[in-house]
Amino acid sequence: MLSEVTVLSELPVLSMVVFLPVLVGIGLLLVPEARRRLVAGIWITTTAVDLALIVALWIGYAAGGGRSTGAGAVAGASSGTGAIAYETNLAWMPTLGSGYHVGVDGLSLPLAAMTALLFLACAIYSVRQDHRPRTHAALFLFLQTVSLGLFVSLDLILFFVFFDLSIVGMYFIIAVWGHGNAARSALQFFLYTFIGSLALLLGFIVLYLASDPHTFDIVELIRQDPLKNDPLVGGLALLTISIGLAVKTPTVPFHTWLPPAHTDAPAPGSVILAGVLLKMGAFGFVRIAIPILPGPWHSYAMVFVIVGVVSVLYGALVAMAQTNFKRMVAYTSVNHMGYIILGLGAAGLAAGSNPQAANLAVTGAVTQMVSHGLLTGALFLLAGVLFARGHSYEMTEYGGLAGTAPRFAALTAVAVFGSLGLPGLSGFIAEFQIFTGSLGAAPIPTALALLGILITAALLLRMLAQVFLGPERQPKSEASERDAPAAETPYDLRPRELLSVAPLLVLAVVIGVFPRFLLDLIEPAARALIALVAAGTQ
Amino acid sequence: MNARPAGEAISLAALAPEIIVALAAVAILLLGSWLPRRRQYLSRSLAMAAVIAALILSVARAAQPAEVTAAATFTIDSSLSVARIAVLAGTAVVLVLAGGRFSGHKRESEFYVLLLLGSLGTLVLAGASDLLVLGAGYLLASIPLYALVGFAKGSTDTEAMLKYYLMGALFGVLLLVGITVLFGAAGSTSYADLARALPGAPAGAAAVGLLAVAAGLLFKAGAVPAHFWVPDAIDGTTGPAAAFISTIPKIGALIALFRLSSLPGVPVAWPLMLAVLAALTMTLGNLAAFFQNTVLRLLAYSTISQVGYLLMVAAAFGHSTLALPSLLFYLLGYTFTNLGAFAIVCALPALRTLDDYRGLFRTHRWLALSLIVCLLGLVGTPPTAVFVGKLTAFTAAVDAGLGWLVVLALINSVASVFYYLRWIYPLFQPVRGQPSADDGGAGLPGEAAPSDGSAPTTSHRQGAALGAPSSARVALALGILSLLLGLFANPVLAFLQVYPFP
Repeated sequence: MLSEVTVLSELPVLSMVVFLPVLVGIGLLLVPEARRRLVAGIWITTTAVDLALIVALWIGYAAGGGRSTGAGAVAGASSGTGAIAYETNLAWMPTLGSGYHVGVDGLSLPLAAMTALLFLACAIYSVRQDHRPRTHAALFLFLQTVSLGLFVSLDLILFFVFFDLSIVGMYFIIAVWGHGNAARSALQFFLYTFIGSLALLLGFIVLYLASDPHTFDIVELIRQDPLKNDPLVGGLALLTISIGLAVKTPTVPFHTWLPPAHTDAPAPGSVILAGVLLKMGAFGFVRIAIPILPGPWHSYAMVFVIVGVVSVLYGALVAMAQTNFKRMVAYTSVNHMGYIILGLGAAGLAAGSNPQAANLAVTGAVTQMVSHGLLTGALFLLAGVLFARGHSYEMTEYGGLAGTAPRFAALTAVAVFGSLGLPGLSGFIAEFQIFTGSLGAAPIPTALALLGILITAALLLRMLAQVFLGPERQPKSEASERDAPAAETPYDLRPRELLSVAPLLVLAVVIGVFPRFLLDLIEPAARALIALVAAGTQ
Repeated sequence: MNARPAGEAISLAALAPEIIVALAAVAILLLGSWLPRRRQYLSRSLAMAAVIAALILSVARAAQPAEVTAAATFTIDSSLSVARIAVLAGTAVVLVLAGGRFSGHKRESEFYVLLLLGSLGTLVLAGASDLLVLGAGYLLASIPLYALVGFAKGSTDTEAMLKYYLMGALFGVLLLVGITVLFGAAGSTSYADLARALPGAPAGAAAVGLLAVAAGLLFKAGAVPAHFWVPDAIDGTTGPAAAFISTIPKIGALIALFRLSSLPGVPVAWPLMLAVLAALTMTLGNLAAFFQNTVLRLLAYSTISQVGYLLMVAAAFGHSTLALPSLLFYLLGYTFTNLGAFAIVCALPALRTLDDYRGLFRTHRWLALSLIVCLLGLVGTPPTAVFVGKLTAFTAAVDAGLGWLVVLALINSVASVFYYLRWIYPLFQPVRGQPSADDGGAGLPGEAAPSDGSAPTTSHRQGAALGAPSSARVALALGILSLLLGLFANPVLAFLQVYPFP
């Protein structure tokens, strides 16, 4: 108990990391008339500080610091690895069994770090934001708090609060700074994901009522395994929670909101939507659905395997049919998130019989979340660059850009190769682990999913050839003539664009070549998760 | 405190808030006759002082044990305490709104008298534990409000008042019939006697009587099937009166419905009936709200759907210990959030349609943010007060085995997002007829053309000018309060669970 006291007496670093951005954002709104440069400077500084803090947390965590050894540690973490660290547990609504309970472990820390990096990239990219820069920055800072908060939540209500607020924040980003049919896309996004979040809430309420004493605390619920002896209610709870998470992930058939939302969102909005918000759905599976409902997860794992494979294939095939660059990337997201669901489903199948393979699949799935965030984030930023130059996402209108814009072409190529899973880049590490881990438990679905990689490779390479090779072509729309003349705009990346995209890709290469620093963090947590499923199925 | 358990005598201390409000109403009526027109604000100050004094007494009284008084016709418990706090705080808000609208009006003080009488009637409804007192409360909470709705004597108000009055008279008669039937069946009008006699009374008569009484309460709450007056009355009348009638009487009606539903003799199908009514109310309110273009009509239908969620909790009475705390918390959160939305409407009286709100974020940033908080609060987005209300309401209903109703309520919550967003979206849009920043900026994600970026900033529209700064301040305060009550819901919830209904 003494050690708990000392942990609590330390500074709540994690809460500072989470709430620093929103506090700065409110401060920005209070300043009467801030200049654009000042706003951009404050925004970049805040996100950079936040990222530095998370890196410090990571280093501390890897060194074994910040861990609470008390009740907070999830079962199976007695070895000291994969445990929850930097924990804060305050009574928030004790009458409802809900607390302000936050902490990080090997599953959430990589995602939190990726989130902070993506927001920094967006801040750098938006230096020249002219349309309401102050509100724009404040809203992104708000979203950063919400996203980080979600990944560190250890309480269902807290998780739900952040889950819902992320929808609200992203709605405004699409509706106000979007283009094309932004109002409609934003509304569709809000309605769809709100259905998801309420389904999630219903599942949470079922878990709450099943637990004794009633609680919304994730760690406590994992310990209780409340629906162990009630497979029917357990299955229903898993169904509602999974629908909620699947809408946000998104998997087929709940993905229809994603392409319009991406097409009409501004570039930084797309980055956060694809890089961070989609991960909230996938993360919900590893944080809530699997550990709290291990038995039902094991029983229905095949459903998730199939949904994953369908998402992989359907996403890839539809992406192949797209002529719009952003829509294509959006559908590859459906494809990539499908691998995650496949891996998690297969882990559920294999948990009891082959924990080694299950570990591999879960580790791969979490790595895929990080990798997809980095690569798709980079691709959407590059899509924004393309649109800023040619005012069009239609790939057929471009050609031979490698000549005029070599840096743009090179970065896009790296992102594309990473996305299609070339060895040496982060996508390979993730997908290789998922496939290796899943093959034993679900051989046929995994083999089918491998086809997805082939299709994605084909369509991404075709896009590269179309846009960057061949005779040079640029769209000659009236929009580009009305605005700044195309001749004065250099086609290649400007420094701020380079600075925002390059770090993401550098990190993708680092993970691809030296993955141990990441895997060492994820593996113990994945092992703890699999141990829970194995214990819950007996 | 009164030592006798039955509470034969009227305990003045326990009834102090109601007595203060009643005395203030009489005093202001007299005062208003003598005050010159430019001094009428004194009557507002007096009304405000009385309401705040009553509010302070109510809060001080809240933690004391429950008691019945006045020959067991009036119950003072945590339900009534919450009703007092919500009604009196809400009345204070409406007083400020009315001050912004009617300051200097030749019948200004009459408006305050009617407000005070209406809130007194609501308190009587909430505390009544005798059918005759309930009937008196119903009339006291209705007749002043008819006059309130028709206060401005315009053509729309008069029509609104007439509809409100005709519906109110019809359901009032039903309520009185119900009281008569129950008296005939059980031989008494006191709830304590009814609880003993009703299980042995003729089942048909008891059911008819209870149903008729409930019909009157549903009218006050604005629930299906007694909801037809709501849109016309709210859209036709003035902002402050609309704020009052859409919020305050519901508090009394729902708590009265709770007391009625907890009688031992209610028919077996009673919770099911409430559940069906809840389902109809939330669905019809939502569907009708979809394509409304005037803000008051939209808010009117939104209040109908909110009553649906509240009735859902009512259907869970007796089957979940969370039901009553949930109802009371929801009422509290709903009062502040709904009044916040109405306060914004009152602060900008020139804006009537959703389209008039275009560009509000540019001209009145904090007011627009407050509107967003209130509207998303009505949706049930965390961390606002209504979210905690909805969370507890859903939990109570699932606990009571009303899973289907919760699923329907969730679907309705999603549907409600649609029309609230129809109001929120224009806030960020450029005003029509002005060079639009979005036409230029829209083509360039994250990188608007510098020439266009700063276009429509300077010109304030006349329509968006603040009509009433005091209403705007109240709106901001209510937006913040709605957030704070959501974030720090625990003390209130804990209080409601420590002092449950006896």
